Amino acid sequence: MTERFVIAILVENQPGILTRVASMFNRRGFNIDSLTVSETETHEYSRITISLTGDDGICRQIIKQLKKLYNVKEVKVMDRQKSVFRELALIKLKNAPETRQEILSAVDIFRSKIVDFSPSTLCVEITGETSKIEAFIALVEPLGILEMCRTGVVAIERGCHYLNSDTSL
Amino acid sequence: MILTGAEIVVETLIEQGCKTVFGYPGGQVINLYDALYTRSDRIQHILTAHEQGAAHAADGYARASGEVGVVIATSGPGATNLVTGIATAYLDSVPMVAITGNVPNSLIGKDSFQEVDITGVTLPITKHNFLVKSVDRLADTIREAFKIAKSGRPGPVLVDIPKDVQIASYPYQACPVVEKKMPKKAKGDKLSRAAQMIAEAQKPYIYFGGGAVSADISKEITELADKIDAPIGCTMMGLSAVPVSHPRYLGMEGMHGHYASSVSQDEADLIITIGARFSDRATGNVSKYARKAKIIHIDADGAELNKNVSVELGIECDVKDALQRLISLADHQEHPEWMARIAELKAEEQIQFEKVTAKDRITPYALIQETAKHTQADTPIVTDVGQHQMWVAQYYPFQNSRTFISSGGLGTMGFGLGAAIGAAKATGKRTVLFTGDGSFGMNLNELATVSAENIPVVIIIMNNHVLGMVRQWQTLFFQKHYSNTDLHERKTDFVKLADAFGIRGYRIQNLSELSDVIQKAFLENTPALIDCAIYEDEFVLPMLPPGGCIEDIITERSDQS
Repeated sequence: MTERFVIAILVENQPGILTRVASMFNRRGFNIDSLTVSETETHEYSRITISLTGDDGICRQIIKQLKKLYNVKEVKVMDRQKSVFRELALIKLKNAPETRQEILSAVDIFRSKIVDFSPSTLCVEITGETSKIEAFIALVEPLGILEMCRTGVVAIERGCHYLNSDTSL
Repeated sequence: MILTGAEIVVETLIEQGCKTVFGYPGGQVINLYDALYTRSDRIQHILTAHEQGAAHAADGYARASGEVGVVIATSGPGATNLVTGIATAYLDSVPMVAITGNVPNSLIGKDSFQEVDITGVTLPITKHNFLVKSVDRLADTIREAFKIAKSGRPGPVLVDIPKDVQIASYPYQACPVVEKKMPKKAKGDKLSRAAQMIAEAQKPYIYFGGGAVSADISKEITELADKIDAPIGCTMMGLSAVPVSHPRYLGMEGMHGHYASSVSQDEADLIITIGARFSDRATGNVSKYARKAKIIHIDADGAELNKNVSVELGIECDVKDALQRLISLADHQEHPEWMARIAELKAEEQIQFEKVTAKDRITPYALIQETAKHTQADTPIVTDVGQHQMWVAQYYPFQNSRTFISSGGLGTMGFGLGAAIGAAKATGKRTVLFTGDGSFGMNLNELATVSAENIPVVIIIMNNHVLGMVRQWQTLFFQKHYSNTDLHERKTDFVKLADAFGIRGYRIQNLSELSDVIQKAFLENTPALIDCAIYEDEFVLPMLPPGGCIEDIITERSDQS
């Protein structure tokens, strides 16, 4: 059964490591839906969060292939129930008098905010789970999306679970 | 002791037990070659004709000895010439360290002369690679490269060293040889489950691959087979790990595998797979592969479990330890009916073989058998890629592990001559290279190396004047459209060629000359080349067509009678 997975990867903070991870996906023919990479609490490591669609077998194979990469320290599938998922999108919309009110109420309902406003455009910042962002996009699409960018998903486990196995309270 | 980076590289190689390196000098490794020059009493460098030959030589060296093979090349074209050799080693899990020079750090990224991003190029074909940006990391990086190359499932590692790092000075202190990291030991409950599955099976079949060669488990495989009364088959990469003469041994299975081996694998109700990865050449159509069998898969690389074939029980582990424990856990079994069926299949195979093997001309079979009269149990037998490779895989009477040296996963034509040089250097033994006129034509420049180093290799060219394997496919699947596979117009005289390189050359054109000429070639322990004419439409049989299953197996030619 195909579903969406979010995999968190802790990697050594070294040049080229993102290429190594991305190259593995490319070579093995696994598609990435989104990928983010950033610093972590320790300077030594970076954290890559990859979201992808596939079945269980693909997910297991990806994890095993990732674990074989030399600079990869930890790999974990983020549990749907036990983790917090967030992404951020910036969406530039047409600012026309006939649609403005509709946009403003959508922004309000989705608890997003307007971060830029010009006579012909306005820009919405929205954060949340992927499903929320996609619902918002579907809602405003007919009103004319001029430009859009998304960060991709980041995820963290709730409670005393850590990706870095060296971490403890 | 303060040394230059170049000296540190060579000292670290020596420290890690490397006695022979293969390579080719150039602008960005000139310092490295100077360090080799002043240490030539402690480490030998073999100059090849081309970097690709050097990479294959390092690979052949590693396959024959089990030690890490080392190759050195300069930046740019030197480095890219290694690529095929590195990929060959990667696909067959061969421990290898490739050292390349690069332009100085200050020139990296500026498209400088002979600059190439070789760590980028080799990313998907190395276990790991390093660009050493500063001399303080140099020795430890090379040690780490050796460790990665030989640990777990072995593979090639590339270390790229900019020229300024080779020139810079830094303290060096010798370290012990790095220990390889072994895969974890198998969990007891998994082995108990395996023993349980063995107890329930009526038709067990033991199946090993290249992992059996690298884990050195020949003895364990035959012991397990004896205990549970099972036949033994293997992949091409597994060849030589179990002696061909062993009564339980059925030979290689797969696309050109032995009939009895392939059919019994299909009929088995339990397949115990050890150090093999179910490549498409071994399985044919995976959805129709081993439909009646449960599969136990024991491998050093967990990522191989359930990758190509789903298995009932996958065990990622140190395979030698796992097999030893499984042998003591498993109950003694007897399967007389199954073994009778195996005997029947072997008899069928013999009948088929007699039917397709001509007696009135030089057949590959006759050539291989005649050669085997002059070789020993420990003679490295190297091949190139194509029909001749399959014939050697099918017919050569291997006895000792690591004596079959061939490019399996990548199927690299042109692999053989370089690899034979490496195997001969590693073992100090006379080496035999079986090749075809197509494969040999790809890297015959290495005859210069064979000659210069007086490498005792007997090169046997199965010369059919065609690219036989592709031609066979064209005959079977492309209505005999022999597109670009006919080499008759090349008119290469391989005997004269040998002579030009100062190597003894012989020609065999008739069956009557076969035994005398081979004997002559083996008389002296110096390089020799035999150009042996074979029939251009000789087929490799049996054949499981690509993507086919056991019902599709071709055992004789239907296009001619």
